[in-house]
This record gives sequence, C-alpha cells and structure tokens, in this order.
Amino acid sequence: MDTKGAAAAREWIEIAKPTHPSLIDAAHILGEKLGIVNVPMSAWINEDGILVRLGDAAFTQVSPIRTMKITDEMPKELQEVLREAKKIQTDPDTYLGALRDWAVKGVNSQFAWSPAEVVERSGGRSLAEARAAACFELGQHLYRGGNERDAVVHWREAHRLVPGNWTYKRQAWSIADPNQGPTEDYEGNWIKDVKAQGGGEAYYLPFVP
Amino acid sequence: MIIQSLEIPKSDFEAQTGWSLKPEGACKGDRCVPLQGIDPAAHTVDIRLLSETLVMPIVHDEAHGLYAVGPGSGGPLLASAECPEITLPDLDGNEFSISSLRGRKVVIVSWASW
Repeated sequence: MDTKGAAAAREWIEIAKPTHPSLIDAAHILGEKLGIVNVPMSAWINEDGILVRLGDAAFTQVSPIRTMKITDEMPKELQEVLREAKKIQTDPDTYLGALRDWAVKGVNSQFAWSPAEVVERSGGRSLAEARAAACFELGQHLYRGGNERDAVVHWREAHRLVPGNWTYKRQAWSIADPNQGPTEDYEGNWIKDVKAQGGGEAYYLPFVP
Repeated sequence: MIIQSLEIPKSDFEAQTGWSLKPEGACKGDRCVPLQGIDPAAHTVDIRLLSETLVMPIVHDEAHGLYAVGPGSGGPLLASAECPEITLPDLDGNEFSISSLRGRKVVIVSWASW
C-alpha cells in the first residue's frame, strides 16, 4: 500500500526476492475493500475464495526494533520514537501458529471464522469512514497529478474523520517527512498520535482466536 | 471514484462502483436498493441522486474541478465473506487477480515502504 507505487516498493521487493506474488497497491485498494488500516495486516482466504480471517497484525518475526539499542548519540526525536516503538505488542509465535493450524486443518481450525463471523468482525462502514475514503482518494489523485500541496487539505480531513486509520496517516506523513515526524502540513505525526491513542502497547490489536 | 462532472455515463458508474442499475434498483450481489428519480435505462446518471440513495459521500475540490465519490456507507464493510475481486499490478505492471489463486489457500499481507 504505497501512493508512490512501484517506484517506492521496487528496492524492497528486489532485495527480499519473494517467491510469492508482490503486488503494488498504489490506490490503497486493500483499505477500501478489506478495511486494512495499518501494515502489516492480513487477510486469509480459503480455496473457494472465501475470507476466513481479516485484520490481524501479521508479524512473522520479532521486529529488530525491539532489540535495537537507543544511544545518546541518536537525535532526541528518534530516541522518543524508538522508545514508543519498543512497546508495540507483536506476537509472531501466536500468529504463525494460528496460520499453520489453519493451513493444515482448514475449516476445522479454531482460528478460521465462519462466513457470518467474517462479515460481523469486518465491522461497518460509517459515513465518516466513507467520506474519509473519498478525501484520501482525492488527495491521492492530486498528488499523482503533481499537486502535492493541494493533496494535503484532503488528507488532513481524512485523518480528522478516521483517526484510527494509520495507512491514511502514515502515507501522508511520510510524504511530508520520511520519518513521519512533526510538519507544518499535519496536526498529527507518528509519535504524537501513537501516544494519543494509548501508546505503543495499543498500536495493534491483540490476536483473538 | 474521481469524476469531473456530477452527471456521468451509467457504464462508468457501474464499472467503478460495482453497482448495477436495473429496473428494480441499484443492485450489488444479492442486494438491491430501490431508486427514486433515476431512470436505470438512461445513458447518464446524476451522481448526486445515487449518492443520496446509496449513502456515498461526495467530496468536491473546487480549485481542480474534481469530485471524489466515496464508497457506500451505513452497512457492513463486507456484504458477504466472499473475497472482493482484487486485481493489482506487480513491479513490471502485469495485472494479477487474487481470484486466480482459487483452489489454494491465500494469505494477503499488507506492507508499505513508509
């Protein structure tokens, strides 16, 4: 999910050399169609094309940030970001265990939701969320047309309407500042908004069977 | 959906939103919403009327003469558990549809460079 498209994703994909398809979602289609609001988040789909889980934090390994040493030589802002990032709760063992269980047991896995559960747990789309989607798309359209400055007002509105959508925020912040720090363009930034919404501990929802 | 006019070809509306305009109303999957003041046989549709009926907000950028039409709201995000059609390009621009993997279990993982 990257407004800058293949240009931004290329070096990462080429270094990782994935054996699975790696697709470029410049328009944030996963957000619109599946309600994905952060990265990494996942959707599990069975052999018949039916969703069986949606919206889990899809960490498959412990983030290296957890063991990264914070030193006095680092800029103060970076130290603050790293301190908060170390609090982010990820549980790769549980996630991978559940994924492997579903891969083997399919519909009999305790982690596979029924179709009714999938619809229920996907939640609803409020008018504010629909309007935010329109604002975000309009900002994307203007940005890709070379009108970056004019995109900001629409992205700010998307942030205001749906404060919990991190893809809207992080995408826009990163364009203004690769470190997603404070800028004149946006009221929020990564560290400020993470703290306002409960801190690193609450950044991802825990995995729920 | 980005548009420059509030009256657009019916075919564009249907292609970009997934709704089909039929005599019984605007239909998507098993769901049909009755339409008032809209001729489903007309070649063009007034997006304002459809927006009200389907609760699809319109955002206007006057300086650029653009409108963005948001997705429908007021209901569940997913009408069913069937995965919506998702087709995206790879690094080389080749289109890939998630539905082409039918018959296999699939895991989609979102990621970004930011």
